[in-house]
Amino acid sequence: MANARFLMAGAIVVALAAPVLAQNLGVIKQRQTIMEGNGKAAKALVGYAKGETPYDAAAVAGLFAEMSSGAAKFGTLFPADSKTGGKTEASPAIWDKKGDWADAVAKFQADTKAAAAAKPATVEAFRAEFGKVMGNCKSCHESFRVKLQ
Amino acid sequence: MLRKVTVGLALLLLLAAVGFYLLTIPQRLDATAIAAPGSGVAARGERIFWAGGCASCHAAAGAKGADRLWLGGRVLETPFGAFQAPNISPDKAQGIGGWSLGDFANAMQRGVDPDGQHLYPAFPYTSYIKMTKGDVADLHAYLLTLPPVATASPETQLAFPLNIRRGIGLWKLFYRGDDRPVVTAKPGESAAVAAGRYLVEGPGHCAQCHTARGLNGLGGLDTTAWLAGAPNPEGKGRVPNITPHASGIADWSAKDIAEYLKTGFTPDFDSVGGAMVEVQENMARLSDDDRAAIAAYLKAIPAVPTATLGETDK
Repeated sequence: MANARFLMAGAIVVALAAPVLAQNLGVIKQRQTIMEGNGKAAKALVGYAKGETPYDAAAVAGLFAEMSSGAAKFGTLFPADSKTGGKTEASPAIWDKKGDWADAVAKFQADTKAAAAAKPATVEAFRAEFGKVMGNCKSCHESFRVKLQ
Repeated sequence: MLRKVTVGLALLLLLAAVGFYLLTIPQRLDATAIAAPGSGVAARGERIFWAGGCASCHAAAGAKGADRLWLGGRVLETPFGAFQAPNISPDKAQGIGGWSLGDFANAMQRGVDPDGQHLYPAFPYTSYIKMTKGDVADLHAYLLTLPPVATASPETQLAFPLNIRRGIGLWKLFYRGDDRPVVTAKPGESAAVAAGRYLVEGPGHCAQCHTARGLNGLGGLDTTAWLAGAPNPEGKGRVPNITPHASGIADWSAKDIAEYLKTGFTPDFDSVGGAMVEVQENMARLSDDDRAAIAAYLKAIPAVPTATLGETDK
C-alpha cells in the first residue's frame, strides 16, 4: 500500500514536471547533425584548397550541395522550446536578437547556395567560393554559439 | 561605563578606518622597474599590442580590420556590472596621450592610474605584471602612433560595495600577483615553452578567462586549476579547458593549437566562436614562431580535469 502511494506520488511529480522540462530534443539533434556534417565537409574541402587532395570538381560540387541543403533547413530548427537541452550550444542570442540571427542564416544559405550552383571547375575558382562559405562559420559562431566545455 | 564603551567603539572604528586607509594606499612600481623614457620602439610594440589583446576591449565592439586601431573604449557587461574599458587612444584630453611611460607602466603593472586611483581588475594587470619593462615601453610607444579618438570615457558605475575603488586596494593585497611564473620551468625545457609561458601568462592573459576564480568569481585566479576552464563571464556556457587533459585539449597536437590560433578552425573544423573570435584574430597577427611557442607551452603545462561539467546545460 505504502508502495502504491509512493508510486502514485512519483507519477504525479513526473506528470507535473514534464511540461516544464518539455524540450524539443529532435530539432536540437537535427541541427547538431547538420553542423557535424558541415565540419566533415569543411575538412574534406580544406584538403582540396590546400592542394593536399587532387582537385575533384564533382566531389566538391557534391560537398557544397550538401552544405547548401543543410543550410536551407537550418533556420527552421530553432523553435522556442529548443533553447536548452541535448547539450545544445545555441546561444540565447538566437532568440534575443532575431533580426541579426535571420541575417546570419540568410547569408549562410546564400553563400552555400551560390557555391553549390557555381560547380567550380578549377581549384582557383573553388578557393574563392570556399573562402566565402567558410567566412560564415566564425562570424555566426561569434554571436550565436556558446561552448559548453 | 557606557561612556567607556562609546569611547572604545569610536576608537575601534577610527583604527579600522586608519587600517583600511593604510592597507589600500595605491602601490606604484619602483623607478627601476620602469624602462628609460624614450626607450620604447613602436615597431616592436605592435607585436605586444596583438599579444595583449588591447583592441578586444578598447576598440568598439564588432570592429574589424583597421577599425580595431581606434581605441576609444567600450562597455564590458559582466555579472558584477558594466565596466567601462576607457579610451586608450593617444588623444591628449580623452585618451592617454598625456601619460608618461611611468604613468602607463603603473596602470599596466600595478593597476593604478596617474591620479592614484585603483583600476578595476577587469583590466588584466595581474597578468601584465609579468611583462618585461621593455615590452611595456614598446607597447606604450606603439599606442602613441595610433589614431587619437576624442570621445570621453564615462566612469564605471558599479553597485555598492564594488563602487568603492579604494577597496580594490584590499583585493590587490591578496590577488595582485607578481612576476614569477605560474608554471615553473622543468629542467631541459625548450626555448619555445619558455617563450610561450611569457606570452600566455603575461601579455596574452589567457588565464583571465580560461582559469576559474575563487570567491564566486570575485577572488584571484585558481592557479591549482591553471587554464582548466571557467564559467563563461558573459552567461551561458563555459570557457574551455585548454590543458593537455582528456577533458581539455589533450587530443590536439601543438600544430593543431598553432593552426587554430592562426585560422580559427579546430582539428575537426569546428570554428572559433564567442569572445575567442577577437582573441584569435589578435593571435593571427603574431608570427608563426609566437603561435608555436604558445602551443608548446600549452602542451607542457599540467593536465588538469575540468572542474564542474554539466552545470551549464539543464
